[in-house]
Amino acid sequence: MSEVTMRVNGKSVSGQVENRTLLSTFLRDSLGLTGTHIGCDTSQCGACVIHVDGAAVKACTMLAVEAEGADVATIEGQANADGSLNVIQQAFQDHHGLQCGFCTPGMVMSAAALLKDNPRPSEAVIRKYLEGNLCRCTGYHNIVKAILAASGQSVDAIAAE
Amino acid sequence: MPKDSGIGVSQKRREDVRFLTGAGNYTDDINVRGQTHVHFLRSEVAHGRIDGIDTSAAAAMAGVVRVFTGADFEGVGGLPCGWQVTDRDNNPMQEPPHPILAQAKVRHVGDPIAAVVAETYEQARDAAEAIKVDITELPAIVNMQSALAEGSDKVHDDLTSNLCFDWCLGETDDAKVQAAFDEAAHVTTLELVNQRLVANPMEPRVAVGDYNRASDEHTLYTTSQNPHVIRLLMCAFVLGLPEHKVRVVAPDVGGGFGTKIFHYAEEAFCTFAAKECNRPVKWTASRTESFLSDAQGRDHVTKIELALDSSNNFTAIRTNTLANLGAYLSTFSSSVPTWLHGTLMAGNYKTPVIQVNVKAVFTNTVPVDAYRGAGRPEATFQLERAIDTAARELGLDPITLRRQNFITEFPYATPVALEYDTGNYHGTMDRLEAVADIGGFAARRAASEASGKLRGLGINCYIEACGIAPSNIVGMLGARAGLYDAATVRVNATGSISVLVGAHSHGQGHETVFPQVVADMIGIDESQVEIVHGDSAKIPFGMGTYGSRSLAVCGSAMVRATEKIINKAKKIAAHLLEASEADIELKDGVFSVAGTDKSVAWGDVTLTAYVPHNFPLEDLEPGLEETSFYDPANFTFPAGAYACEVEVDPETGQVSIERFCAADDFGNIVNPMIVDGQVHGGIGQGIGQALLENCAYDQDGQLVSGSFMDYAMPRADDVPFYAVDHSSQTPCTHNPLGVKGCGEAGAIGSPPAVVNAVIDGLHSANHGVKHIDMPVTPARVWEAMQG
Ligand code: FES
Ligand code: FES
Repeated sequence: MSEVTMRVNGKSVSGQVENRTLLSTFLRDSLGLTGTHIGCDTSQCGACVIHVDGAAVKACTMLAVEAEGADVATIEGQANADGSLNVIQQAFQDHHGLQCGFCTPGMVMSAAALLKDNPRPSEAVIRKYLEGNLCRCTGYHNIVKAILAASGQSVDAIAAE
Repeated sequence: MPKDSGIGVSQKRREDVRFLTGAGNYTDDINVRGQTHVHFLRSEVAHGRIDGIDTSAAAAMAGVVRVFTGADFEGVGGLPCGWQVTDRDNNPMQEPPHPILAQAKVRHVGDPIAAVVAETYEQARDAAEAIKVDITELPAIVNMQSALAEGSDKVHDDLTSNLCFDWCLGETDDAKVQAAFDEAAHVTTLELVNQRLVANPMEPRVAVGDYNRASDEHTLYTTSQNPHVIRLLMCAFVLGLPEHKVRVVAPDVGGGFGTKIFHYAEEAFCTFAAKECNRPVKWTASRTESFLSDAQGRDHVTKIELALDSSNNFTAIRTNTLANLGAYLSTFSSSVPTWLHGTLMAGNYKTPVIQVNVKAVFTNTVPVDAYRGAGRPEATFQLERAIDTAARELGLDPITLRRQNFITEFPYATPVALEYDTGNYHGTMDRLEAVADIGGFAARRAASEASGKLRGLGINCYIEACGIAPSNIVGMLGARAGLYDAATVRVNATGSISVLVGAHSHGQGHETVFPQVVADMIGIDESQVEIVHGDSAKIPFGMGTYGSRSLAVCGSAMVRATEKIINKAKKIAAHLLEASEADIELKDGVFSVAGTDKSVAWGDVTLTAYVPHNFPLEDLEPGLEETSFYDPANFTFPAGAYACEVEVDPETGQVSIERFCAADDFGNIVNPMIVDGQVHGGIGQGIGQALLENCAYDQDGQLVSGSFMDYAMPRADDVPFYAVDHSSQTPCTHNPLGVKGCGEAGAIGSPPAVVNAVIDGLHSANHGVKHIDMPVTPARVWEAMQG
């Protein structure tokens, strides 16, 4: 067991972990931040995407001890200070970019990382970027649409209805 | 002014806020004080005899609470099958036992042999590695043909063979069927495989069993589409527990697609072990375990023959299918290749003679059961591939050939046991031709060819039987369950409403859609209506969500219960207004006396119901709460026409989906945005089946595609934006909302459209290929192009 300390969603936290404890497990089981989901055991699904020091990371690929001293952001810390949905979250709701909601935290965190580096990505860039995020419900249509909308691009011309 | 609330409005989903902020409550998010963790030791061989299990070392390891093996379950029932199919001679299917933990034999890779309950998950897993299992490996039975061969080894030693049943539907007189083929001007024959798929909802299955010794009450939290079904099956058939002492909770569930309908060994185990250990027991599947233990889908091998007369009318269809059941009968497995498949072989067409033959086979593979569409995609794929092939062989336009054979008069009794209540197949095809701009295809093909690509257009029609199901009919067909649903409308004193429903939402948006209906009927704000679902302690005994049934069946129960509420509220209003009940009108949440300005608001009536000081107590009970159980009179029949355009790279065989259009008839629609989303998701899965996904076993019964590294799930980059239209509407004639169901359509309608498009593209460059099995991978396309 070792002691680890990090900032999570702006607050300093610490806990006892085994050396083999994954960061995703630490967030979920030790901190109760269950918005970070576990959808696979091969680092393929992206349900666990969080930000570590500003970069999108699959929390299941990192050990808790590796995050010592890091600045970690999870889905729980994404809403605006008044509790309202941030621009990306709001776009997901407006454009029905989620159904069961299980992939959603990872999708929102990935989208945030993408838009930080590329504020107006094309459809093709978005689809490519989401390579590591699986969704079984939406067929991706409304997820891509939501990310386009969140980046301020018009989605009126997109097929449907 | 367009409506801004109620039925027909694309209301944003209220459940989204919790999912978007990480505040969802999925089963794995639930931890019970004092809980232990279980890890299952699963078979690594597909078929073997268990000669001995030594758990002593494991039991002595740190943190281990108890180790269970099959011996602990000898007095306990096995997992039941909920549908008894009878064969062509009216004999019941062969029904082998399905123990919670393997007894004497293991029958597929992943079959649970032992279970370690320990303080932590890691301790349970470490201890499981210390269990010594002595197994004599037996030859694996994987291929269906060889499983049926004379003298084959048997998956279940006590059965007469690996054949579960040999079933026939439609015209059972072989001579009559043969005569129709003998008279035909043209016969198209196709042999095809509907490959095995893994449903793979993104949330793996989880079960948490909790037991309270003081009250003798069990609680099971589980990732289920139907908590009451699980409670009934587990209590009545497996553990022999009184239902009133068992609560089953299915909280937020991260997708189901069929595979979370069934009652699984892990649910029964956690419930059983929680009492045995007097500690809560939690199991969370790894994705690897999902691949090895979630019931899988499809896996049919079919020969279909389609007969046409000299005017190109369809005159007969005959199919012969082998359906893989896997090692055990999963909850509804026997109904899928039979009543959910054979009955759909008429499609959208008036074919007078149809014969469907299905042999269902046990193999040493993971059990197979319903996956989105369940039987209906298999039927549609065969039929629509055959029609497209016939059109090509006869030099006919595929749309014209389909239109010529469409059923146009309703109700229509098919030769395969269904009665379609309503439909308009020309209507959806008209919409498709417009939305898909079929007229512009030639120009798009020319553009693709100019850039060195082949372009194909694939057309497909489908029909499905949804709104599952009329209990008396399915009972006659062998179902061991009723398939009604239930809703309780509980009006609170201040006028807000809780609706307790048997349907379960695991992505479908019931929490948003159902209130739209109730609020619309009463004329109050939707925010005043809330849905409660997923907890057997709260809701009436409903049957859950699958078969595109939620709104058609449970929604109908909700409408009936709301009607009862309105009727009673009118009586109270009449009393308050000193008027005759017949003169009371309800509009926008206000009761008024016709032709007067006397009125009383909804909230005053509801308050009166609970504070009955001025109340007709001699005629009416106080309170305002009503329950309805609704059993549908028939199935519903959503139908539609799909078009897919692909580009094929002639150098590599790579297929890319360039356009995908869907025109569906879902009858009336409550929330168009959500309906679009359901269709998108279905198309995504259908494209996955057509191009990418394949659940493959090697000859030893090892699952070759057992992770997301080997099993190709569709990703954002594999699919385009879809154009979805549902403006052609023929409301269902027998349910109060006129709704049909939309959850499975996309997955049913899309695979044949994709494959038809690929074949069309190859023919445009004179590759005379008749058929390519799914998934249509670059390797298969390239091989086909080499002739
Ligand atoms: S849980 Fe699947 S990538 Fe992390
Ligand atoms: S919304 Fe269900 S997996 Fe994406």
